[in-house]
Amino acid sequence: MPHTLTINGKARSVDVDDDTPILWVLRDVLGMTGTKFGCGLALCGACTIHVDGQPARSCITPVSAAAGKRITTIEAIGATAAGKKIQQAWIALEVPQCGYCQSGQIMSATALLAANPNPTDGDIDAAMSGNVCRCGTYARIRQGIKHAANGKKGV
Amino acid sequence: MTLTVDLSRRQFLSASAALGGGLLIGFRTAPSSGATAGAAFAPNAFIRIGADGQIVLTMPYVEMGQGTYTSIPMLIAEELEVDLKQVRLEHAPPNEKLYGNPLLGGIQATGNSNAVRASWQPLRQAGAAARTMLVSAAAKRWNVDPASCRAQSGEVRHGPTGRRLKYGELAADAARLPVPESVVLKRPADFKLIGTPAKRLDTPAKVNGTAVYGIDVRPPGVKIATLAQSPVFGGRVKSVDDAKAKAVKGVRQIVRLDDAVAVVADHMGAAKKGLAALVIEWDDGPHAYLNTEKIVAELERATLISGAVAQNIGNSDKAMASAVTKVEATYQVPFLAHATMEPMNCTVHVRKDGCEIWVGTQVMARAQEAAAKTAGLPLDKVVVHNHLLGGGFGRRLEVDGITRAVQIAMQVDGPVKVVWSREEDIQHDMYRPLFFDRISGGLDEKGAPVAWNNRFAGSSVIARWVPPGFNNGLDPDTTEGAIDLVYALPNLHVEYLRVEPPGIPTAFWRSVGPSHNVFVTESFMDELAAAAKQDPVAYRRVLLDKTPRAKAVLELAAQKAGWGKPLPKGVGRGVSVQHAFATYLAQVAEVEVSKDGAVRVRRVVCAVDCGTVVNPDTVRAQIQSGIVFGVTAALHGQITLKGGRVEQSNFHDYQMLRMNETPAIEVYIVNSVEQPGGMGEAGTSALAPAVTNAIFAATGKRIRKLPVANQAAIA
Repeated sequence: MPHTLTINGKARSVDVDDDTPILWVLRDVLGMTGTKFGCGLALCGACTIHVDGQPARSCITPVSAAAGKRITTIEAIGATAAGKKIQQAWIALEVPQCGYCQSGQIMSATALLAANPNPTDGDIDAAMSGNVCRCGTYARIRQGIKHAANGKKGV
Repeated sequence: MTLTVDLSRRQFLSASAALGGGLLIGFRTAPSSGATAGAAFAPNAFIRIGADGQIVLTMPYVEMGQGTYTSIPMLIAEELEVDLKQVRLEHAPPNEKLYGNPLLGGIQATGNSNAVRASWQPLRQAGAAARTMLVSAAAKRWNVDPASCRAQSGEVRHGPTGRRLKYGELAADAARLPVPESVVLKRPADFKLIGTPAKRLDTPAKVNGTAVYGIDVRPPGVKIATLAQSPVFGGRVKSVDDAKAKAVKGVRQIVRLDDAVAVVADHMGAAKKGLAALVIEWDDGPHAYLNTEKIVAELERATLISGAVAQNIGNSDKAMASAVTKVEATYQVPFLAHATMEPMNCTVHVRKDGCEIWVGTQVMARAQEAAAKTAGLPLDKVVVHNHLLGGGFGRRLEVDGITRAVQIAMQVDGPVKVVWSREEDIQHDMYRPLFFDRISGGLDEKGAPVAWNNRFAGSSVIARWVPPGFNNGLDPDTTEGAIDLVYALPNLHVEYLRVEPPGIPTAFWRSVGPSHNVFVTESFMDELAAAAKQDPVAYRRVLLDKTPRAKAVLELAAQKAGWGKPLPKGVGRGVSVQHAFATYLAQVAEVEVSKDGAVRVRRVVCAVDCGTVVNPDTVRAQIQSGIVFGVTAALHGQITLKGGRVEQSNFHDYQMLRMNETPAIEVYIVNSVEQPGGMGEAGTSALAPAVTNAIFAATGKRIRKLPVANQAAIA
């Protein structure tokens, strides 16, 4: 059935089953491929988006759960203050390697920073341990979040 | 020192190939001059400068996170005298004559950590040749001595008059000049780019969702397919009831193959839902009863008989007979999946007269061949579009996924993107082989090792992947790390038995042969130190007089790690030393073992001598990455078989290391002017023995079988 979603501030209509995960609507129906498929079971975080500002795994979030809510994806996260800081820190510290998981990492990190401007190591562990990086960029992700939190003062 | 290299000889690549340490299988001749069309200047297959000033560098190696899209351009740009910001990169098309990897027998492949090693001479020469021609063109235009001109930042400058011409303005003239027979390479002291941290060229697109991986392509009208392959390797489809699947909204077609079924749909959500609604009956075939225990038992039996002699020094049996102390052990490493974050995928459009594929592959030419063979088309009718790889680690050196996707696409009208679920990706990987090792050592009255016997059995990936590389029962990969040890051992005998497991396909996996051998040799060296009641670092150190680079990294790692300083109860340090991929490296791991056997790797200190460093930041990144990859495998990694089926399926039972488990990692790079060594894999193979040796230091428990899992629990 038809669903109207608000994605990155724009209303989008799609005609898919109610239980279709938002991930496939973004990637295959709307062509927004910045959000990645990793596991399909919310085990890796590659597909992380924001629903009303909260991080959500789009691979298990059905389209029906997003009605009336604001979806934000990697394509627009740079328009938020926290998202921009995280992206800049990622570039400054050369965080990505293969880069495939980084959309999800950035969405999780941005949600953390928006809610908690000065996260501790424990806060970072709690917010980021759901995101797998096979290239093992975790040390730089941690530094990147601190860099973004501290501005140019660094890590 | 200035190197003058004679380009006229055909041994264009011999300098880098002679480095060895890797898959030194064959040579190839010089890349021929590229076509020089119109006003564009293309003196070789790697550089093209248009009249518009656009400088395009063609990358023979693919980017999968290892930073090759920055380090390779640095080599060319250094000699071409352009800034990295001035260049645009293109993937090389399939063409093994131009882009074959000389360290991989001329196969157009990215693997074995040898892109920089293979490119170090030829791509600097390529840059220098182009620069020389541009300078000549300018000097001719100005009617001055070329020696009075110099190249800088994409232009040629005439010192005495201050005149300047941009490369684009010289392209047409340069294109008419002959390629010089010899070129002068810059002295290391004059390097502007090499050795200086460079910003990676691929990073900006990787933080805003615009980077395009194979899985992201969307040719017009593309459908999405996902598949179920026979859960038992070698099994077949017996019957399919697709009535319910066809009723799923968005499902367009069910494709049935001999050993797989695919559901084609408007989007992956519908394809997955359709697949789940299929009722498939399988004929499991001959491997229905295969399990890991049977495979291990077969390898264990194999090591009771003699194998091919990989290396013999002195007379190990005689030395063993007179040894004062003897140590014997068996070791085992499991099958491992690659688990790239980007699941396997390939997009294919088969037409009557041709085929187009979109993929991220480590082997461009093989990708084209596989598609052509499957579709029954001539090679030149297959167009391959290569993309960024969401992780490779050896998985994308294989073309099984491309073959499969073409089989499906041949039954589909229009383009189709075939996407593996994570479960299919893990259960139909091609795995790092399982190995079984029987090893023994003999010590003299002072505890010094006088005899070393090692015999191991398992699959040879080389024998399948590049058959000419397998000779007399041996190949250079499967034995790397088991032979040519850094230690001065007077009597050493190493044998290998190739035993292919039935039914389960094997493949290269990050750190390849050393991923197995370094675990065994460095663990066993630790066992010998323990038997001699000596400190593991001191014990190794006295054996390294003839390998000063190994000794230096060991000393540096030990010093930085605070080796010998007291640690709390339950915490231990372990060390490993490695020479592989032409890089020397030592690691000290600090590991905490709780009473219930839970192992936490707290800290890893790594000292590395990889020769001349091209991009120091990438060296650090690759060590950090390799260590996390290594900890993942050491603590958790194993693929097991039961009833012919892979038991693991997703990240809950094939676990990846996560942020909260990641150790503090310190990297120390030794200054060196030696030829560059490989960096993509070295950090991984050295990690496991450092960790298990640390567990021994903490608990007295020797881990001889990976993964560690719960073996450290004190019974």
